Amino acid sequence: MDGLSPRPGEDAPALAAGPGRVVGRPVTRIEDLPLVRGEGLFAADVNFPRQLHMRVVRAEIAHGRIVSVDAEAARAMPGVVAVWTAADVADIPLIPFRATKVRGLEPYCQPVLARDRVRYVGEPVAVVFADDAYRAEDAAETVMVELEELPVVLDAAAPPGEFAPGHDTEPTVVRKEYGDIDAAFRSAHAVVELELSVGRHSGVPLETRGAIARYDAAHDVLELHGTAKKQHWNRDEIARLLGRPPQGVHLFEGHVGGGFGVRGELYPEDLLVCAAALRLRRPVKWIEDRREHLVATNHSRQQSHRIRAAVDAEGRLLGIDDAFFHDQGAYVRTHGARVADLAAGMLPGPYRLPAYRVAGHFRLTNKTPAATYRAPGRYETTFVRERLMDAIAARLGIDPVEIRRRNLVAAAEMPHARPLDALGTDVVLDSGDYEGLLDKALARFGWDAMQQELAARRAAGECVGAGLAFFVEKSGLGPSDGVRVTVDATGAVEVVSGAASVGQGVETALAQICAEALGVDYSRIRVVRGRTDRIEFGNGAHASRVTVMSGSATWQAALAVREMALECAAQLLQLSPAELTIREGVVTRADGLAGPSLTLAEIARGRGPNSPAMRGQTPGLTAERWFWSDHMAYPYGVHLAQIRIDAGTGGVTVERYLVANDIGRAINPMLVEGQIVGGLAQGLGGALLEEFRYDPSGQPLSTTLADYLIPTIAEMPEVDVLIAEDAPSPLNPLGVKGAGEGGTNGAGACIASAVDDALRRPGAITSLPVLPAHLRALLTEAP
Amino acid sequence: MTEAPDATLAVILTVNGERHAIRVEARRTLADALRDNCGLTGTHLGCEHGVCGACTVLMDGEPVRACLLFAVQAQGRAIRTVEGLAEGGELSPLQRAFIDNHALQCGYCTPGFLMLGTAILDRDPDISDEALVDALSSNICRCTGYANIVKAVRAAAAEMREKVPA
Amino acid sequence: MKAAPFAYHDPRSVEEALHLLATLENARLLAGGQSLMPMLNMRVAFPDHLIDLNRVEGLAGITAEGGALRIGAMTRQRDIEESPLVRAHLPLMAEALTHVGHRQTRNRGTIGGSLCNLDPSAELVAVATALDAVLDVQGPSGVRDLSIHDLPLGFMTPSLAPEEMLTAIRIPLPPAGHGAAFEEFARRHGDYAITSAAAVLVLEGGRIARASLTLGGVGAGPLRLRTAEAALAGQAPSEALFREAAAACGSIEAMSDPQAPAWYRRRLAATLARRALAAAASRATTPARQGSLA
Repeated sequence: MDGLSPRPGEDAPALAAGPGRVVGRPVTRIEDLPLVRGEGLFAADVNFPRQLHMRVVRAEIAHGRIVSVDAEAARAMPGVVAVWTAADVADIPLIPFRATKVRGLEPYCQPVLARDRVRYVGEPVAVVFADDAYRAEDAAETVMVELEELPVVLDAAAPPGEFAPGHDTEPTVVRKEYGDIDAAFRSAHAVVELELSVGRHSGVPLETRGAIARYDAAHDVLELHGTAKKQHWNRDEIARLLGRPPQGVHLFEGHVGGGFGVRGELYPEDLLVCAAALRLRRPVKWIEDRREHLVATNHSRQQSHRIRAAVDAEGRLLGIDDAFFHDQGAYVRTHGARVADLAAGMLPGPYRLPAYRVAGHFRLTNKTPAATYRAPGRYETTFVRERLMDAIAARLGIDPVEIRRRNLVAAAEMPHARPLDALGTDVVLDSGDYEGLLDKALARFGWDAMQQELAARRAAGECVGAGLAFFVEKSGLGPSDGVRVTVDATGAVEVVSGAASVGQGVETALAQICAEALGVDYSRIRVVRGRTDRIEFGNGAHASRVTVMSGSATWQAALAVREMALECAAQLLQLSPAELTIREGVVTRADGLAGPSLTLAEIARGRGPNSPAMRGQTPGLTAERWFWSDHMAYPYGVHLAQIRIDAGTGGVTVERYLVANDIGRAINPMLVEGQIVGGLAQGLGGALLEEFRYDPSGQPLSTTLADYLIPTIAEMPEVDVLIAEDAPSPLNPLGVKGAGEGGTNGAGACIASAVDDALRRPGAITSLPVLPAHLRALLTEAP
Repeated sequence: MTEAPDATLAVILTVNGERHAIRVEARRTLADALRDNCGLTGTHLGCEHGVCGACTVLMDGEPVRACLLFAVQAQGRAIRTVEGLAEGGELSPLQRAFIDNHALQCGYCTPGFLMLGTAILDRDPDISDEALVDALSSNICRCTGYANIVKAVRAAAAEMREKVPA
Repeated sequence: MKAAPFAYHDPRSVEEALHLLATLENARLLAGGQSLMPMLNMRVAFPDHLIDLNRVEGLAGITAEGGALRIGAMTRQRDIEESPLVRAHLPLMAEALTHVGHRQTRNRGTIGGSLCNLDPSAELVAVATALDAVLDVQGPSGVRDLSIHDLPLGFMTPSLAPEEMLTAIRIPLPPAGHGAAFEEFARRHGDYAITSAAAVLVLEGGRIARASLTLGGVGAGPLRLRTAEAALAGQAPSEALFREAAAACGSIEAMSDPQAPAWYRRRLAATLARRALAAAASRATTPARQGSLA
């Protein structure tokens, strides 16, 4: 639809290094104004006339056969319009998962309402539709669910049980291997072996989920509001599962109160409100409450690893052999086996590793289903790998920093291909100077001087220590994303993207990139995202992909519009395009000499559909460009922490923290720093506070925010952030790598290392979160 | 005032100086009444059990959790919400400072923090760092890691001191 | 997470409230609402009638009466924390209040609500126990005195009859120059503590004339360590003495859960008791610092 014929294989010029006019600068966000005025549009803020409120009746035991569901009393309650059980939605297929190489997971997918069995506390069993949220909840209370209890499986490392006849609780084992692993262990100077585990955590965004469906009969369109992350895939699947053409379904994204991996997946409630809006012919609103959220929205992280490393006498890795047990919870959700696959593919991290073997046992348990949470598979495996490096250092009597230096992939070895895949693409570390960043980070933290201070404090009786963890992230998952940039007849610029926002600043970042390319004011660009009615395709916001993929597409589309504008202006001004530039939306002479000029508005009007000059051409000052990528870009970094343990209570205080992160290029350093510090808060939560716990019958114990402990400001240390741009990615014209997950990735590993150091007991910490009672037990001193 | 469980009560709420005559069941929380009956959706609900502070509003100038009050209890009290911070279209110094210091990401906790911060600065613009952290610890933000929220409150305090020389 | 329906009552006097309490089935009193409201929203409490005390006259206020402070049951925690009377005479209570939830919740939360909710970890219950508070409990037949030590009947169950309500708490003032300290450990700032310790020491001639040592969070109600208190009396304060006194915590009965097993609560109790005693002693020996929170 753009006026210039597309040139396949065209390479847009890369963004020049160094700060641009807008790119690389800490400008304020274009998103903020409505949010600070209380004018945001979050899911619960969406209302339609005549809307019904949906309330979900959930399983109260972890595993049971459904004997009966009696909803008669509920149907008679005031305001109740309908009550559905599995029989009412038997025509809706199981909720599918996205493309994965792993086969055989289909029988493990979740129905929108439990059919013959319930498999976790919180599983939807019935839904009530009423004219008021309070009354819907009153009615839901009266639905009687009779269950016959079945034995529960709560430990993913225990031998598999039966999921259903013919299907055990281990649908697949993710296996990857390269090099001669047996030879590595045969020739090893030493073998270091550890058992490690990470607890159940999740994103727990401050806004719970919500879904509001409305059938617009006048246009025969089913609308779903309150969506996030993966609108286009979700639209296609909702359409398929409900038997409609995708053009007849549109998803809308308003403001999104945090995503972190869990929001925007296709959940049972999304399909239920859609089906109800179609059948009941009234808008249907569902807002998750916090207790529901903590048992219904995806959990993550829980894995236990049995890992061993073969090393030579200098501590160089010869091979790593890992078997891990991934606690998937009760069903396979939309990610399939992605987290286990990522864990297996990303475990080697920044180190040169000649041989590797991993077996990831993907196991179902009677807990809330699991999927991705910020740095999925990496938070876990960075903990495991960095614990292993600390153990190797301790075993061989080598300094923990030195052991890492000896094993880091060198800058000269980049790009570094591993005979491994993750997320279906080969792992090729695209660029990096790992040791260079390590040195910068140690210097900035004052690592050596700090060691002396800590020694003095220990001598004075304090229990203090320091730790570090190196990580490699991944970002910019392909395969494609498109962006359309349009200048309208008033000169206003719109960027329409298939990406989504989860509150991380996508609009500002894309506006900055567009402004840089086009020569307009970033703060006046309108960025459209998360709407299936404005762009036909999109891959959404996840896997730290937006800045890389949509950012690159924005760059290319904006450059195409620029070229188009300059060509038009050149004809009218009788100059060559090379003699012209665009500043503040006005085309002028590039050499700064006075002369005639044209505004982008004038050019756009000249390219209007009724302009005689456009006869035979596609009108408009607009271009759509697609960016493709076969490989991911790998950011990397170091976490450093200084901590204190109260020997009397086992309480840990993080005194000082540094995250150094090379992201190739920071489009907006202020937003990048925000991502890192915010990500760190979540990583520290997982290291010290957060955990979904269950009792032996599978009853969840973390069902309020008083039990699932999210850090407050009082738990946050002073954080220093070092953003490095030493290794731009060669894979995209901006040189960017994702910045969303590095702050989280290394936190668990780093805290474990620092706690070991404070305890003066290498290897003491084998699981996350680190609990005060456990530390108190490790500390032998009298109170 | 004594009413049967299913009856609705006539309640007059004074929000940001404006009078809202509404009818609600006694069990309707102030937060729900503000959002659904007064149409002021700037006050957000994050947990409905008093832990997260997203629903913080000012009642007679003091920050309270609007999920832990029934609407009927707010009758006769002066309620202030995020919608009442900007005066004549002009952002308050704290709102401005939140933008300038990138003190929000998703923005969901922001109204609660803005109301909490407003109350803190109204009461004690020279609050110590330690007391500020203590006061801000009643609200949860899942995005920012808090550093920029503290920066923003500090910046607003400095601006307010400049405007009103001691 | 919306409360189930209930009938709302808004009495203006204690008499009116008591009348409602005596005549209504399954009624509950609503004080500051910082604990009851979450229970209502989560539908773990289902009263048919809610009697809101927030507009009842005469239930809030702090007054000195003879040798005691009288604090009305509906006095907000924030007002107690900032009361010059409390800061001057009951520094233990002022200090403990900084641990009760957050400033924001203390704007609504009341002392009476906290005592009657009787959470095992509630700071105010431990403090009232440490200070030998006496409660004014009013019922159809008048007011009776109830020792704080007799308040806990069981887990979160106060020994009040269904038709009775708490109207005030009276706390005998420890002598001027006493030292007091409150210590607690919570995993997150502002949360209920896993365990807490409150200590009050009165020194005379360099020796401990009177000691009060109380633990919170180890059982359904606070635990006064009477034997340890007796052992402290007559001794000169010292680290070693406090360590020995705190060692008594090693043999107490304590609640257990996976995050905080009994052995851990005992060790926490010993640590916190020792710290509280040491801090109380330092404040007693330097009277100028006694009101350090003021």
